[in-house]
Amino acid sequence: MTTTVTRRPTVAVWKFASCDGCQLTILDCEDEFLSIVGAIDIAYFPEATRAERGGPYDLSIVEGSITTVHDAERIHDIRAKSKALITIGACATAGGIQALKNWADVDEFAKIVYAHPEYIRSLSTSTPISDHVTVDFELRGCPISKHQLIDVIDAFVHGRKPNTPTHTVCVECKLRGTTCVMVAHDTPCMGPITQAGCGALCPAFNRGCYGCFGPSESPNIEALREAWHEIGVDDPHLVQALRTFNAYAPEFKEASETYA
Amino acid sequence: MASKVVGVREFDSLIPLLRDRGYDVIGPTVDEGTIVLDHVATSADLPIGWTDHHDKGTYSLDKRADEAYFGYAVGPRTFKRWLYPPRQTILTIEHAETGLVFKPEPTADERYAFVGVRACEIAAMEIQDRVFAHDAFADPHYVERRARSLIVGVNCAVAGETCFCDSMGTGPECTAGYDLVITEVVSGERHEFIVESGTDEGETILTELDGRPTTPADRKEVRTIIEDTAASMTRTMPKDETYSLLTENLEHPIWDSIAERCLNCTNCTLVCPTCFCSTMEDMTDLDGRAVRKRRWDSCFNREFTFLHGHAVRFTTKSRYRQWMTHKLAYWYDQFGTSGCVGCGRCITWCPAKIDITEEIAHLAEQTREEVAT
Ligand code: SF4
Ligand code: SF4
Ligand code: SF4
Repeated sequence: MTTTVTRRPTVAVWKFASCDGCQLTILDCEDEFLSIVGAIDIAYFPEATRAERGGPYDLSIVEGSITTVHDAERIHDIRAKSKALITIGACATAGGIQALKNWADVDEFAKIVYAHPEYIRSLSTSTPISDHVTVDFELRGCPISKHQLIDVIDAFVHGRKPNTPTHTVCVECKLRGTTCVMVAHDTPCMGPITQAGCGALCPAFNRGCYGCFGPSESPNIEALREAWHEIGVDDPHLVQALRTFNAYAPEFKEASETYA
Repeated sequence: MASKVVGVREFDSLIPLLRDRGYDVIGPTVDEGTIVLDHVATSADLPIGWTDHHDKGTYSLDKRADEAYFGYAVGPRTFKRWLYPPRQTILTIEHAETGLVFKPEPTADERYAFVGVRACEIAAMEIQDRVFAHDAFADPHYVERRARSLIVGVNCAVAGETCFCDSMGTGPECTAGYDLVITEVVSGERHEFIVESGTDEGETILTELDGRPTTPADRKEVRTIIEDTAASMTRTMPKDETYSLLTENLEHPIWDSIAERCLNCTNCTLVCPTCFCSTMEDMTDLDGRAVRKRRWDSCFNREFTFLHGHAVRFTTKSRYRQWMTHKLAYWYDQFGTSGCVGCGRCITWCPAKIDITEEIAHLAEQTREEVAT
């Protein structure tokens, strides 16, 4: 059987509350960029091109979290005109670092930061896209991995399953042959509860994992807490480690609230 | 087979000699604060004067008082990294006029010389042979690499605190499966290597090393070193009891106790020299080619247990139990041997400090108590 691609799928890239780092990953795919552009039809991507075509789109790639009333409405509109919707990065998949406001008083922040806080119309929470609309696939990471992104786009074009394992960062340490920093050097590491994706970047540079890719498929955070206690790291530090880019990911959130 | 006693300077010609014979030499070296296995070019790359200390979830690299070359136990890497690499391309699929063309990946022509291989590691290779070199389902990549590689074993003069090869019957003496085997003697002013060959290739290499003939005293020295090392081991595994102990206790509360502590991080399986689980990753590229790659996986991964849409071993408890019962019981049914060689790596490298020998001892003890009451 042979299949012929009759039409390149149209793709739109959207930004919500985020730093742009994840969508810049698309532009950072230097070597692969031409084949990506050859395989898809970029219909809307303000970061890369001024061309702007209205929907519907075959695929929307969404970066960022929902932090304003306007964005909470806009995402429904995008969903309505997209056949498939993929979220990319910790902001879109877990609420991002800005989800720390979910534990704080946003009006207080606004008063401190802005001369005229009355103009600020921010929600009191930062939430992932999946809290608002149906998401077909979530690509984790702060920032996302370029290789995983290419694989996900490629998987979409070919109608196959993406290669985005949900296991721990420890697997990536062992694949690359990196010595475990927790066992060998008593360095606290989030790797045993964090999803792979970065290629164990931090342990390879002799640092503990910071948890950028969020919780792994079945994290035992209580067991990690025990292991951290053994190397002299107390609960306040564990709570800090859990409350970073993926603070509002359900497993990290629940654990940080338990140990806070 | 032949044997010889070789001094330090003469011994230093071994690695260059192996390289001259076309081998890519893999041996111990210090990196990232650990003694790891990697490519080595000369004796200077070896962990001379270093040793390692192990405990549950703990490793330290320490200075020795002497200049021993092999005065340590085992590190986190295993030789399986080269025989059964973490990633292996299996095949490529391309479009052609006639349809899809499937091209199996040709076997590579590496020729490894593994230096400093411990008895437990030789035993592990022999176990992996049963997995990968099994007639009907042989992996050509493994078979080729294994057949071409040279083994320079070392009789252990130091056991790690987590080693228990003596009770598994896999060490500390290399009894077979080597081309050359070394016993290092370091005491006072004396620093020599007693080298014996086990194959013709080993004997040829040995003739090129300068040294003196071995005496009965040297052979006695080798025995003493091996016996002292065996006697120094504190951990044991009741090898002959694990089959019934595990298969009769599949619903024992011990599995819940372990599951509470286990991170299901996979470290124990990925450092184990016999674990062989893998997954296939199918990659297409945007230019229309497809590549199938095999990569290390682990029974501790929930995703690994997916069968048609759901995970059959959903809980950590079921996955840990799968690992231990497979390793220490069902391997006997499948491969006619235990899956454990007592190297202690899963104990040292478990960040949660779970010790396979301790858990088996607890289970045995609790089972005895239950029978008694
Ligand atoms: S360094 Fe961290 S991620 Fe790597 S194996 Fe150790 S605990 Fe796991
Ligand atoms: S037994 Fe230890 S090393 Fe193995 S998966 Fe559990 S926590 Fe990780
Ligand atoms: S189960 Fe543990 S002790 Fe046994 S061979 Fe594997 S890593 Fe070594």
